[in-house]
Amino acid sequence: MRWNRRVFMGTGAAAAAALSAPMLGAQGRPRVVVVGGGAGGATAARYLAKDSQGGIEVMLVEPTRSYYTCFFSNLYLGGFRTLDSLAHGYGTLAAGYGVNVVHDWVIGVDRDARTVHLAGGASLPYDKLVLSPGIDFVEGAVPGWDLSAQDVMPHAYKAGTQTALLKAQIEAMPQGGTYVMVAPPNPYRCPPGPYERISMVAHHFKTHNPTAKILIADPKPGFSKQALFEEGWERHYQGMVERLGPDFGGGNVRVDPAGMEVDIDGELVKADVVNVIPAQKAGHICAAAGLTEGNWAPVDGHSMVSRMDPDIHILGDASAQGDMPKSGFSANSQAKVAAMAIRGALTGSRVFPAKYSNTCWSLIAPEDGVKVGAAYEPTEEKIASVSSFVSQTGEDTALRKATYEESLGWYDGITADMFG
Amino acid sequence: MKARLLALCIALAPPGAAHAEDQAERLGDAARGAEIFGLCKGCHQIGPGARNRIGPHLNEIFGRRAGAIEDFSYSKAMDRAFSDGLVWDYDRLDAYLENPRALVSGTRMSFRGLANPQDRHDVLAYLRDFTASPQDIPESAPTALPREVALPPEVLAIVGDADYGAYLASECLTCHQQDGSDAGIPSITRWPVEDFVVAMHAYKRKLRPHPVMQMMAGRLSDEEIAALAAYFRNLE
Ligand SMILES: Cc1cc2nc3c(=O)[nH]c(=O)nc-3n(C[C@H](O)[C@H](O)[C@H](O)COP(=O)(O)OP(=O)(O)OC[C@H]3O[C@@H](n4cnc5c(N)ncnc54)[C@H](O)[C@@H]3O)c2cc1C
Repeated sequence: MRWNRRVFMGTGAAAAAALSAPMLGAQGRPRVVVVGGGAGGATAARYLAKDSQGGIEVMLVEPTRSYYTCFFSNLYLGGFRTLDSLAHGYGTLAAGYGVNVVHDWVIGVDRDARTVHLAGGASLPYDKLVLSPGIDFVEGAVPGWDLSAQDVMPHAYKAGTQTALLKAQIEAMPQGGTYVMVAPPNPYRCPPGPYERISMVAHHFKTHNPTAKILIADPKPGFSKQALFEEGWERHYQGMVERLGPDFGGGNVRVDPAGMEVDIDGELVKADVVNVIPAQKAGHICAAAGLTEGNWAPVDGHSMVSRMDPDIHILGDASAQGDMPKSGFSANSQAKVAAMAIRGALTGSRVFPAKYSNTCWSLIAPEDGVKVGAAYEPTEEKIASVSSFVSQTGEDTALRKATYEESLGWYDGITADMFG
Repeated sequence: MKARLLALCIALAPPGAAHAEDQAERLGDAARGAEIFGLCKGCHQIGPGARNRIGPHLNEIFGRRAGAIEDFSYSKAMDRAFSDGLVWDYDRLDAYLENPRALVSGTRMSFRGLANPQDRHDVLAYLRDFTASPQDIPESAPTALPREVALPPEVLAIVGDADYGAYLASECLTCHQQDGSDAGIPSITRWPVEDFVVAMHAYKRKLRPHPVMQMMAGRLSDEEIAALAAYFRNLE
């Protein structure tokens, strides 16, 4: 891991006071500790603080000062957004909502003592704990690749420096060069994400490097919005994109970061940019806390509470909940249900039946946007899809443009809903 | 002509006299419709040589996409209806005439609507005379869609539970902004309660075209829609 071990930096006197007396919830209020200030965690912190109106002390632990959204990071690769426009700070959550933001890294959870331990040395007791740590990569998923290779063969599947690196590599690619993507197996965050990325990279090449080639090695027989993407690639980037599915050995890949080579089913490809998106698992704190089964942390869809600990709610990508895709939209939707359930348990506020939804927009080319979405409700066993829709092939340009514009509105809406 | 269509319509109608009568009523009386159209004439022209005035001309309105006349400058709301793919078939025109804002919130057409269904059918019969090959007229394309957004008074009278609305609203606020910004996605704050309720029911019945909204509204009960309307009405 490349995180610095940062000493806690509270954003206000309240945070400092709370931390210097960590053994009780300050002022006798119940305390919720939220781990991870991303899509799920920031939303949970905001809703808990906002709706309890001071009745709950909310502490948000997040190592970075600026969260870069993965959503729209592909648009940055395509030249439609700046990196800065993807960055969100925690100032409003702290100043506007009274969330105590602690910039540190959680290294352990003592479930019996209901306490989390921070890399900086402090311990935070909690009444309820929310974990929304996102993903980590499965070690050894792509032979030849590990985290030490990410500066050569970036994943850019956590946004920020990785995304900037991939963009720099794409821009520096020699004319007529080859970009290889090693696509992940299911389940992974943002099902259409790799293919939106291909579209955005292709858009960049079309304008700056028209003889460049894009090769996808894919272990999956099919993928999200496949017909829409393939139609778009044919229309906008004819002949540029080639995808090798499992029937062509796309699932049998080894990489050599030193030699910038990719071995696809025995065939050696010399590449200029290699974007490795490995298989994924819940952010490692979930396993460290003993909350996982296989790669993910199972939860009850009625409240996103862990199936292994009634005082811990697990949100977003890290959770195994059923039918919802791992997306920022889903994480945000789940966070609101969890916040409501937690407030109900700690303050006796009303609890309503959970409803969830998700919509993922993808940009294929300038003003050519598509979307897929569904509504969900919990059953005993899982969160189940109750209805869904997807954009159609052959839609006219006005609808595609409106869909793109809608996605811009969505980005502003959801980031305001997360960070205030 | 009218008699022939009527006969055809009854022949096609599934068993059940109520349905046949219903369809018959919808064929309307064009002559009476021409009189009622007097209400529209201040803004809309129709017939040979009709031009755009305050409102667009209405020749070939059946089957035309909403907001589709090139050199007419529509409201933002009608532009959005265009990109959402709203097409003026019989049911949509009927709903629009009944309550323009229920179908296209923010339309510039300042018309209170025709509450009486017969008045609407008559006006539509008149308008249809100026569409050469009307699509989706009742006798040619009976559709499964409910025709109207007329809501029973008891549905409109439900007093929304604003607490519940606050929770349900959190789902809306993933896309629609709390501060009422409307770039890319329309604002839904501070609407009159009735407009909000009627609009949501129009999505629920799939009269309004947007797939996300059809899905979201589709699973809301009457009480839940009222709760949302109450919450958003008073959102600061
Ligand atoms: C290229 C790409 C495109 C995408 N596009 C979309 C899109 O268009 N729409 C959409 O809805 N979703 C999209 N997504 C998916 C979306 O980004 C994720 O699903 C979402 O961020 C998940 O939220 P989360 O809260 O689970 O995790 P994250 O948002 O990743 O947040 C996790 C946070 O936890 C912190 N953290 C982790 N471990 C610890 C610890 N031990 N202690 C303290 N803090 C910790 C991390 O620093 C991080 O800030 C995309 C993803 C990618 C990669």
